[in-house]
Amino acid sequence: MGIRFILMVNKQGQTRLAQYYEYLTLEERRALEGEIVRKCLARNEQQCSFVEHRNYKIVYRRYASLFFLVGVDNDENELAILEFIHLLVETMDCHFGNVCELDIMFHLEKAHFMLEEMVMNGCIVETSKTNILQPIQLMEKSS
Amino acid sequence: MEQLKTIGRELAMGSQGGFGQSKEFLELVKSIGEARSKAEEDRIVLHEIETLKRRISEPDIPKRKMKEFIIRLVYIEMLGHDASFGYIHAVKMTHDDTLLLKRTGYLAVTLFLNDDHDLIILIVNTIQKDLKSDNYLIVCAALNAVCRLINDETIPAVLPQVVDLLGHQKEAVRKKAIMALHRFYHKSPSSVSHLFPNFRKRLCDNDPGVMGATLCPLFDLITVDVNSYKDLVLSFVSILKQVAERRLPKGYDYHQMPAPFIQIRLLKILALLGSGDKLASEKMYTVVGDIFRKCDSTSNIGNAVLYECICCVSSIYPNPKLLEAAADVISRFLKSDSHNLKYMGIDALGRLIKISPEIAEQHQLAVIDCLEDPDDTLKRKTFELLYKMTKSSNVEVIVDRMIDYMISINDNHYKTYIASRCVELAEQFAPSNHWFIQTMNKVFEHAGDLVNIKVAHNLMRLIAEGFGEDDDAADSQLRSSAVESYLHIIGEPKLPSVFLQVICWVFGEYGTADGKYSASYITGKLCDVAEAYSNDETVKAYAVTALMKIYAFEIASGRKVDMLPECQSLVEELSASHSTDLQQRAYELQAVVSLDAHAVESIMPLDASCEDIEIDKNLSFLNSYVQQSLENGARPYIPESQRSGVLDISNFRSQDQPEASMHGLRFEAYELPKAPVTSRIPPASVAPSTELVPVPEPSYSRETHQVASVPSISDAGSTELRLRLDGVQRKWGKPTYSSPTSSTSNASQSTSNGVTQVDSAANVNSKARHTHDSRKPQAEITPEKQKLAASLFGGPSKTEKRPTSASHKVAKASSHAAEKSQAPKAAVVSNQATLDKINHQPPPDLLDLGEPTVTNSAPSVDPFQQLEGLLDPTQVTSTVNHGAVATEAPDIMALYVGTPAGGQSSSAENSLPSNSYDVNLTSELSNLTSGTTNAGATLTQFTKGPNPKDALEKDALVRQMGVTPTSQNPNLFSDLLG
Repeated sequence: MGIRFILMVNKQGQTRLAQYYEYLTLEERRALEGEIVRKCLARNEQQCSFVEHRNYKIVYRRYASLFFLVGVDNDENELAILEFIHLLVETMDCHFGNVCELDIMFHLEKAHFMLEEMVMNGCIVETSKTNILQPIQLMEKSS
Repeated sequence: MEQLKTIGRELAMGSQGGFGQSKEFLELVKSIGEARSKAEEDRIVLHEIETLKRRISEPDIPKRKMKEFIIRLVYIEMLGHDASFGYIHAVKMTHDDTLLLKRTGYLAVTLFLNDDHDLIILIVNTIQKDLKSDNYLIVCAALNAVCRLINDETIPAVLPQVVDLLGHQKEAVRKKAIMALHRFYHKSPSSVSHLFPNFRKRLCDNDPGVMGATLCPLFDLITVDVNSYKDLVLSFVSILKQVAERRLPKGYDYHQMPAPFIQIRLLKILALLGSGDKLASEKMYTVVGDIFRKCDSTSNIGNAVLYECICCVSSIYPNPKLLEAAADVISRFLKSDSHNLKYMGIDALGRLIKISPEIAEQHQLAVIDCLEDPDDTLKRKTFELLYKMTKSSNVEVIVDRMIDYMISINDNHYKTYIASRCVELAEQFAPSNHWFIQTMNKVFEHAGDLVNIKVAHNLMRLIAEGFGEDDDAADSQLRSSAVESYLHIIGEPKLPSVFLQVICWVFGEYGTADGKYSASYITGKLCDVAEAYSNDETVKAYAVTALMKIYAFEIASGRKVDMLPECQSLVEELSASHSTDLQQRAYELQAVVSLDAHAVESIMPLDASCEDIEIDKNLSFLNSYVQQSLENGARPYIPESQRSGVLDISNFRSQDQPEASMHGLRFEAYELPKAPVTSRIPPASVAPSTELVPVPEPSYSRETHQVASVPSISDAGSTELRLRLDGVQRKWGKPTYSSPTSSTSNASQSTSNGVTQVDSAANVNSKARHTHDSRKPQAEITPEKQKLAASLFGGPSKTEKRPTSASHKVAKASSHAAEKSQAPKAAVVSNQATLDKINHQPPPDLLDLGEPTVTNSAPSVDPFQQLEGLLDPTQVTSTVNHGAVATEAPDIMALYVGTPAGGQSSSAENSLPSNSYDVNLTSELSNLTSGTTNAGATLTQFTKGPNPKDALEKDALVRQMGVTPTSQNPNLFSDLLG
């Protein structure tokens, strides 16, 4: 399945966006987020951007105050996921212009729409920024 | 005045607020954004829940307002609170005709509900309707929902429409329809099994996006059934070739790599298709070789593709040229300063050594560096590699390392894992019995109850059986050393239960065997154990049975038994135990002790735990009796199944195996068919067989042949105890275990494990070299490391092929060579260390806007050097040569090549009043560009994003709303890409 979840969490450990590609209950999500955020936040910049957690591998990347965490299966290409995160940030940057944490908070649904275009069933299905953003721009125009 | 200000702010935001949202929503986001603790956040959310519960069910809520409410619900759930009160409103929103509202509704529903939720049924109808919509964006929204909400029961309701949409004129729709089928395949493979040809068809879609998406389901299908897709090898190869040759639209480029994510998926597919298939593999060599050559090795994404190439190369039929290319990339990864690349390198190395084992030796020091790195992720990956390259010559070092690490961590999940790895390696490669026992002791001591009980049983079996050699002296030495070590360990507090069981069993069997320790000494220890772990009934049971054995051996050898007082009281205590098992064991002990020497010897023969008990399942010893009875006119026995006269399938079997008919159910596995001769004589008596049959053949209960004579004292306790061993597979036979004396078995073993050392003299050699290496202290800076390297990698493999006499010399020479090659590396390392030191001194957090003054405050050291140390790991390569960094520039430029980038110098054009913000911006920008500047040059900036003016306006707008960078959470404003 590849990607199991995508999280955006800030430096204080507050969730800014959460998308799971398998169903977890509210309690399971809460526990999982707490554990992995604690694990990732404790690491320094020199260390790998990959952390094993239970049967997930977490690939994470920090942008300013915001951490992007992607939980993947064990046989996923970690470097590619790391770059997928960057692609996601670039895409959001393209849309919002100098994207910051607040943009994602104010436009939570749009951030989700972008993810919906990029990832389906836990697989990366679209990586062209134009293709990702076009439906969102069309939608904005129509409403 | 105040009033005017407020009015001005309201006007600026307009009635809708700055982002097209209401003031209320902005306030909420603002307060969540500025919350300083989880508790504060929870308070805000709980208040929000109260508000929403009240307001969301009011009549006539405008649609836009409702959309906002739904987003607020999403917030509530995202922050970990239950918003189920509002689910129905999200469901209702999917019915709306406006695209934005509909899509928001679908989004909320997919975030809230699992596909078996009751409310889903209310949406299926809407989805069906939307799939037929003329507006392709609505169809897309519905397909998104299909991928999340449709379960195996509702698949038929939408399947025909989804299949129709595969031919839709819009590529976005085709892509999502393919993914919907992919989802159906996950949910219920049979529901779409007739549609597999559609995936093949979509592979040839004109649109690269659709083709790329189709690779996902195809990958899954090929994983399950490779052979049905061998015909697609050429197609995949040609697609990959086209992608690599940049035939796809520029939009798919990422950091100047043509569609890297598609390339990676294609390489994964090729790896599957080429695995163990020479013909298919040969078709791939050219394209994979091309990618090796073309890949940009300076960017993360280029390295990601290269890594995938290595995975592919190590999976398909080996090709020397590609293996060489892969080895080159691996050595570059391992030499990199980036931990991420090292990690990928170690992983890739682990894949490649399966094919070319000699490659590991070039990277000895790099591997050891990774092993000793404080970064847990890297360390674990390295252990994974070591596990793959373990052989009998390096097992001691590797397992010792693993155990040390195991002791140092608290994570039970990983502890269990690494403990099982240690056991597995020790069982496979142990160089000596003594070492094996010591190793197992350590594993048990520190991972204890996390270890599988089978491991304990294996250990007991090993000690009992020895190593399969007919060398009694060695066996008894092994036992003595086991007893010795356990006597030593038993004093430690808090030993795990599993380990104590092993200890008790060994004490019972062999505690007094070599005469070194008296019975009273051993029994005393056993009583101590039973007392110290009085809560653990299993341990107590093992202890009591061990006591019984020791007393039995004493009696049998004619010595007088004086039970220790503590032992006496233990037995008394246990005979009144609540546990019937313990009671029985205690009574049995008392019974055995009161018997005479001869009887005891028959019940408990010395060291007989390995005797096989022969079970005559056909009860042939009764044949003469049966014959006699028949002659005396008794009626012949007719099996039950034949009496009924009705033949069913089971009867055929029961004719072959008459014992089956005696029980309603068979509990043991079916054996191979027996010779027909025995089956012709059906056993006449049922009663005795029921006692015997359940004991499987290789059982350990040596007293079964005594059953008839002393049935009452056949000590069910110890039988039961031994019966537990029965499930254990025979691991300790000759073929799987290596003894240090037989080098040939070692060699064959190592080949069977796919790790170097093929020739038969290898082990003797490696042994000699090993001692040589460790005796000779290396003159370089890292003598321990080299020693470790020598013991791990065993030096270059060439030496191993030489005859024994020459090995010493050769080893010496080669170790010199190794030294030489390591010298420059060491120098680099020390350089690196000083560099690192410089970089580390001020640990400024440049990415963090909260701490402004970093860059300008340290003028004594070259600021760019500092910056470079903190750069994204991929760019570190550029830091070494300050002059030649310009090559990096186009790469970073490329990031924004699609967007109108305007030049902007760091200090200018920033009209914002907040001083701290300015500084922050500067530092961030300088961080961005440090890869492209050389020392002493002024900062040249690229602004990113489509329009800096927009960003400034946005910033001003947010300030007006009262969210300012100087307020509680300035981080909210920091540009992510800064």
